[in-house]
Amino acid sequence: MDWSLILNWGFLIALATAGITLAVPVLLAALGEIVTERAGVLNLGLDGVMVAGGVAGFMAAFYLQNGPLAGISQWLGLAVGVLAGMLMGLILAVLTITLRADQVVAGVTLVVLGHGVGNYLYRQNIGTLTARTNGLPPLALPGLNRIPVLGEILFNKDGTVYLTAFLVFLVWFLLFRTTWGLKIRAVGENPAASDTSGINVNLTRYAATLIGTALAGLGGAVLTVVQLRMFREGIMGGRGWIALALVIFARWRPGLALAGALMFGLADAIQYRVQALSQIERGVGTIPYEFLLMLPYILTILVLLYRAGRGDAPEALGRPYVKGSD
Amino acid sequence: MHGIVKRFPGVIANAGVDFDLLPGEVHALLGENGAGKTTLMNVLYGLYRPDAGEIWLRGRRVAFSSPREAIGQGLGMVHQHFMLVKPFTVAENIVLGQRSPREPLAHDMRQTHRYLRSLSGQYGLAIDPAAPVWTLSVGEQQRVEILKALYRGAEVLILDEPTAVLTPQEVDDLLAILRRLAGEGKAIVFISHKLGEVLGVSDRITVLRDGKVVETLPAQAADEHGLARRMVGREVLLRVSKGPAQPGEVRLAVQNLSAVNDRGLPALRGVSLEVRTGEILGIAGVAGNGQTELEEVITGLRRATSGTVTICGHTATNRSPTAIGALGLAHIPSDRYAMGMLRYFTIAENLVLQRVGQAPFTQRGWLRKDIIRQEAQRLTAAFDVRTPSVENPARTLSGGNAQKMILARELARQPKVLLAAQPTRGLDVSAIEYVHRTLIAQRDSGVAILLISTELDEILALSDRIAVMYEGQIVGVMDGPGADIHQIGLMMAGSKRSSL
Repeated sequence: MDWSLILNWGFLIALATAGITLAVPVLLAALGEIVTERAGVLNLGLDGVMVAGGVAGFMAAFYLQNGPLAGISQWLGLAVGVLAGMLMGLILAVLTITLRADQVVAGVTLVVLGHGVGNYLYRQNIGTLTARTNGLPPLALPGLNRIPVLGEILFNKDGTVYLTAFLVFLVWFLLFRTTWGLKIRAVGENPAASDTSGINVNLTRYAATLIGTALAGLGGAVLTVVQLRMFREGIMGGRGWIALALVIFARWRPGLALAGALMFGLADAIQYRVQALSQIERGVGTIPYEFLLMLPYILTILVLLYRAGRGDAPEALGRPYVKGSD
Repeated sequence: MHGIVKRFPGVIANAGVDFDLLPGEVHALLGENGAGKTTLMNVLYGLYRPDAGEIWLRGRRVAFSSPREAIGQGLGMVHQHFMLVKPFTVAENIVLGQRSPREPLAHDMRQTHRYLRSLSGQYGLAIDPAAPVWTLSVGEQQRVEILKALYRGAEVLILDEPTAVLTPQEVDDLLAILRRLAGEGKAIVFISHKLGEVLGVSDRITVLRDGKVVETLPAQAADEHGLARRMVGREVLLRVSKGPAQPGEVRLAVQNLSAVNDRGLPALRGVSLEVRTGEILGIAGVAGNGQTELEEVITGLRRATSGTVTICGHTATNRSPTAIGALGLAHIPSDRYAMGMLRYFTIAENLVLQRVGQAPFTQRGWLRKDIIRQEAQRLTAAFDVRTPSVENPARTLSGGNAQKMILARELARQPKVLLAAQPTRGLDVSAIEYVHRTLIAQRDSGVAILLISTELDEILALSDRIAVMYEGQIVGVMDGPGADIHQIGLMMAGSKRSSL
């Protein structure tokens, strides 16, 4: 392979730009999961929630883009994705918080449900693989986009990228600067102590689960409505699972989740680009593209190995709260 | 509180209890486990609703449906298990669940710290509001609970078994703080089954037994024996009598033993001790100073990183629990339910657990249920395990009967060495008396007994020699009879060592 094709400014800038964009869906899901897990609820169904958000968001945007609301169809699609995510969250919350079902089983059920219902709805209603949404145009931030290199990488993005950056701050602020955040973290660490302090444990956990799945639904919808502009089976590519690993990597902190998501986004971007180059080159010594496809997942495994056995998890993660037992 | 009745499925926890509390007094609630003390206070605090009865507060009838309402009316409770969020700071714990003045923004921590410092100083609590709770000692965490109640405007303070987890010095500090709070006009309920403390701190004492009030009497008019008789309903021996020890050869020798805890941190740092036949060596210490790890290493449940354990002259270091048991060690585990028994197996199965693979319980590969049953009936009768049938699951036993079952199983093996860890934790006075008598009888018949207990009274009552453990080391050894409790307390707190 001719490495000069890769190691030049134009290519690296394109790589960074793509990496940031690819980081967005995973980062949104990871942010949501941080809120949920901080409250002590483990949502293993994240991938299913993202699919639900992705399919609902795509279908809404697709149907609306030929009507009177065409101008804002993408944003409405994203909003529908959020609602679909919250609907999944409600199912999880009823099962695990109210009925105290096992969180692992309920989470896995949610994955199967999200994929099954998502694919079914798409095939029933649209079916074709050529359906596309309009996507969102890049929104250059005046002034900032003229900074050399950085301007192009950071400030010439579609609106969802800026929104996600703001959400990273917002989630951090919610968790660490508000009384709501204090309550969310308290019920995740010690629900009995929270209860005796007059906090409604189950209500707080419902709220955290819904916030979390709203963000995961948004992440799924960003991928289908804005980035790939299509839906098909398996489109999520296990991003929900990667997001779950990211939460562990990030030690349940929004800022570190941002760093981790960028790493995964870059790995993904490299994978796409080297794959494309290999196709052009077709020379001796090219890497089979299947190996490149593995890159983000191998990274996930490495991250989990690195973090294995270190305890920063919320103390009560995965445990339903039963009054009067501790 | 008037005529409080609270029923649970199958039991009446409170059967018409009257209880009153005056501002500026410490009122002790005394009773055995299961007498209904905690239930009564949980009813007052809004955790349980009473089935009958009335609660009056400052001349008004109240009925709290949640702790939140009770807190709002000036009640504060310090639970037996601390209700603290470990990774949070003291201040965060205290404001948790409180409305912030700048809702939804969290409290201004600098301002909160300043206020808490002055409040803490006012009552002599000596707590740094900025410290994360996990860095605090048990005694300090308890004072955080008290500070939390005061911050929330408590006029009535309920303390549930507050001294169970403290060193003797910490107990003294706590009792002084309680007197100071009462002096400031707070009303304090002090729940306990320890007679000495109750007599030392209270103005009045209410004794509960089987969910009913036996008597409410002024502390000046009470003495330990009278209180114990009211509590149990018969004469009890507060301290079982025992003759002098007749120590013989060394049965259990621990040399320079080191081990790490579950987090990989050093838990034992070169522990050495010897237990002889016919003596009880008591290990005193505050919980969490390596006692659990010592217990686990000796019984083969945790690896020693260095050092040796020798039982009856044979090496037992890092061998399997079965092999160590075969050397003559019997074990009464500190965690009765997790380590001492299989809760869903029957009492009979539990009683033959270690011997079930041998004849006569197994013959030609077949279990002999009838013989197992006979053996179980013999043991339950001999050790006074009260159960309708040995075929009932072990979890149906009360704490005292479960412990008797474990004693029966372990002693049936006719051990040479007995390791008894927290053998009376959570038991009532009568069961404690039984366990203590049994241990002394075993000693007198020549068994070497290593007793690990965080109950200093128990150590003092039983031990022929006392070793004090602090941060994974033995910091002092002394003779049991005539041991100075003050000195032991200082060693338990790490502030004094004696040469070995």
